[in-house]
Amino acid sequence: MADLKIRKLRKVFDGLEIIKGVDLDINDHEFVVFVGPSGCGKSTLLRLIAGLEEVTSGTISLDGRDITDVTPAKRDLAMVFQTYALYPHMSVRKNMSFALDLAGIDKSEVEAKVQDAARILELGHLLERKPKALSGGQRQRVAIGRAIVRNPKVFLFDEPLSNLDAALRVQMRLELARLHHDLNATMIYVTHDQVEAMTLADKVVVLNGGRIEQVGSPMALYHNPVNQFVAGFIGTPKMGFLDARVISTDPHSVTIELAAGTRLQLPISGARVSAGNKVTLGIRPEHIEVVKASESAFQVEMDVTEHLGSDTFCYVRTSSGETLTVRAPGDFTGEFGQRVGLALDLNHCHLFDESGLTIPKLNQRAA
Amino acid sequence: MMLTLKQTRQLRTFLLGLLAWAVGLVMFFPIFWMILTSFKTELAAFASPPELFFTPTLENYVEIQQRSGYFSFAWNSVVVSFGSTIIGMLIAVPAAYSMAFYESKRTKSTLLWMLSTKMLPPVGVLMPIYLLCKNTGLLDTRTALVIIYTLINLPIMVWMVYSFFKEIPKDILEAARLDGATPLQEISRVLLPISKGGLASTMLLSLILSWNEAFWSLNLTASKAAPLTALIASYSSPEGLFWAKLSAVSTLACAPILIIGWLSQKQLVRGLSFGAVK
Amino acid sequence: MNTTSLDSRTTQQPEDKARQGGVSRYENRLRLATVSPSVLLLLVWMIVPLAMTIYFSTIRYNLLYPGENDFVGLENFYYFITDAGFLAGAANTLILVGSVLLISVVLGVLISVLVDIDFWGRGLVRVMLISPFFIMPTVSALVWKNLLLHPVSGIFAAIWRFFGATPVDWFTHYPMFSIIMIVSWQWLPFAILILMTAMQSLDQEQKDAARLDGAGPLAIFWHITLPHLSRPIAVVVMIETIFLLSVFAEIYTTTSGGPGYETTNLAYLIYNQALLQFDVGMASAGGLIAVVIANIAAFVLIRLIGKNLTDKAS
Repeated sequence: MADLKIRKLRKVFDGLEIIKGVDLDINDHEFVVFVGPSGCGKSTLLRLIAGLEEVTSGTISLDGRDITDVTPAKRDLAMVFQTYALYPHMSVRKNMSFALDLAGIDKSEVEAKVQDAARILELGHLLERKPKALSGGQRQRVAIGRAIVRNPKVFLFDEPLSNLDAALRVQMRLELARLHHDLNATMIYVTHDQVEAMTLADKVVVLNGGRIEQVGSPMALYHNPVNQFVAGFIGTPKMGFLDARVISTDPHSVTIELAAGTRLQLPISGARVSAGNKVTLGIRPEHIEVVKASESAFQVEMDVTEHLGSDTFCYVRTSSGETLTVRAPGDFTGEFGQRVGLALDLNHCHLFDESGLTIPKLNQRAA
Repeated sequence: MMLTLKQTRQLRTFLLGLLAWAVGLVMFFPIFWMILTSFKTELAAFASPPELFFTPTLENYVEIQQRSGYFSFAWNSVVVSFGSTIIGMLIAVPAAYSMAFYESKRTKSTLLWMLSTKMLPPVGVLMPIYLLCKNTGLLDTRTALVIIYTLINLPIMVWMVYSFFKEIPKDILEAARLDGATPLQEISRVLLPISKGGLASTMLLSLILSWNEAFWSLNLTASKAAPLTALIASYSSPEGLFWAKLSAVSTLACAPILIIGWLSQKQLVRGLSFGAVK
Repeated sequence: MNTTSLDSRTTQQPEDKARQGGVSRYENRLRLATVSPSVLLLLVWMIVPLAMTIYFSTIRYNLLYPGENDFVGLENFYYFITDAGFLAGAANTLILVGSVLLISVVLGVLISVLVDIDFWGRGLVRVMLISPFFIMPTVSALVWKNLLLHPVSGIFAAIWRFFGATPVDWFTHYPMFSIIMIVSWQWLPFAILILMTAMQSLDQEQKDAARLDGAGPLAIFWHITLPHLSRPIAVVVMIETIFLLSVFAEIYTTTSGGPGYETTNLAYLIYNQALLQFDVGMASAGGLIAVVIANIAAFVLIRLIGKNLTDKAS
């Protein structure tokens, strides 16, 4: 069992509130990812859970036991650091067995656990080496191995892949997903990379300015972000935003006029807005299609196009000077400065009110 | 004949190298000459013009023990420098540990203040220290020198250890804490093994500074506790010309420190520059 | 005072700042237990003798005439300053510190640039260059006095004779110059040691970029090497000043401050008052003056170059 409950957690440092009251439940076997821009407090939150920072107020409990004031070592957690934090003077074997040796566990049992972890992580042939003699990916594995041997209730990962090169990062991401499946463990993972969040998480916690913006499955965050911040943070390329004004509303739709002059009728409940309100339209690149200028009233000018092979990203500029990204097929060709029309998938349009909150859609998908 | 670009460059490197060798030899010459003289007879040492070729003799090295009791002075130097180094480390390491890993708002000013105690010229406190030693019976004792050397080297040791500790990522200590290490285990099993190189060079620097210290040793010792610096100073008295013996004593007194200095020059820089140059 | 060298790790991100840790009772207790021995010892070391010096400086106190310890106000200071030795001592201190600083910085920079070139036997040359720094002051003073500068059998005399000149009696005719030579021989290697090490951290790419921009060796030295060395030079000046203000053993073993007051610096003058004339009061007054001068020097130095020392351009 590993049920982590965080209640009203606050952390003040030098008069600066880093964590501004966080409530969060993490269930057994869950892979939870804390994601957010740098400085949002995600690492601090993880370190509060680990016990490396002292809590200012609020509680943390694990399986009903209050661990708010328990020393890190007694919390039954293991952490993988961004820098791996391997002990440079110890061999890989010693690095992995250090915690068990300190706990006074029987030698043969320690050896069995180290061998087990080494087998899972394919480190068997490196056990006698010092960290200096390992590659980045291998060090990463040792750091994970050090956590595995302790068989903790919760694994904590602090941006573990950020020091690896791009190719290795993808590979380690897959291995982590597999590891989570094999160990069936509870994992909390901090990253600023929303791709890691989307691909690894059962549950994503989006943090901003010391507060939780939204908690949910990756797909829930993608389809139903609660506000403009989450909408802009999740998904690559980013969601595009256009200024708009409400023209008219009825219970089943909202008609808006973009700053560029185009009018759109969206399948969004009109209960929360009224004519004249300023709103923001959000639309993801994959929900826009480039059409001939004659086929759409929403006309834009092509800027740069980037060919990735599988996709083409077109950057376009509206007549009101706003920019949008469009995800077009790989064989799309467009010329710089060309006038084209855009077709928006109205079912996937998001509308945000002036405070940035999402105006709910009619057919809200189940999260 | 015109030189190619490559040849010009090689020639320039060669000539500059030659110049560097010349400068190095000139700087080293006094030491070389001192060592050479230590193997001459007293008569040959005073010869004019100086002799470069002579039959070497070891008689000076034998005689300095018989005449001036070299080993009791050397033993004083050893006791005083090792004593102050060990005590200094015991005090400096804990301070550097908490300053490096539990930095507070006061840490910076504390470090700078420690540095500022080095600005106090020894003559400014010569009188009180002399009288304090005299009244407590510490005059001409090794204890007095150990205490004073510990205090004058302490700021340098704290700075140097601090700068080595500062290079160790805090993560590693936190990992140890999560692995269940007590603060003492954290220090003894992780921090000290990682920084043993830095600690060793700190100790070497303290040894060098204590070994060569020549203000307090000249003013606070007479015979009983006099270290080598004082023994050598006694050769400055005009009675009799013992240059070969002076050279032999000097060679013996300087050799260990010279070797330590050669071996650890790069690490010493950090301590000597208060961590500013690495 | 700006001291960013100490917290180069704390200024990365707001998030990292939080990491530097909450103020917990445990941490406070730990800090108190670990730092206070050093602080207390140094505090005692600084305050007790200094307070005693201040007290002694205001009383009549001569070890040869015990029992007459009357309060005399600033009389000791008056006598010390008007003593014939004071002006000479102050001037000699300045000359000694200034010349040795100049020699060690200028030659130190040139030599460390020279040995940065990759030539045969560079390691050995470097070792030879820094060796004098590790020689005890009493040894270097006596070796120079007896083996090198001796007017009859010294090496210098031999060289002079070789060129047909009359050997110079250095300590009689140029006593201060001789002292400066000896002290420079000891402290130039310190400058070389620091600057040579600093040279090794000079970014090769920066030099390459300058070369591509058409900079010659002189321009590179002036615009890249020297600015790179400014911080280590500041360190050399600061630390050498601290030590040079208190040069003692070299004078004690060679000239004993003479002839006359020609090589008496403040440190030696005070020693002379204290342990040769046993005038505690006057020596203490002199000691305080030395402290004040050292502090003025330290203050000026820190204002001039201290920023350079503590500001770390990451």
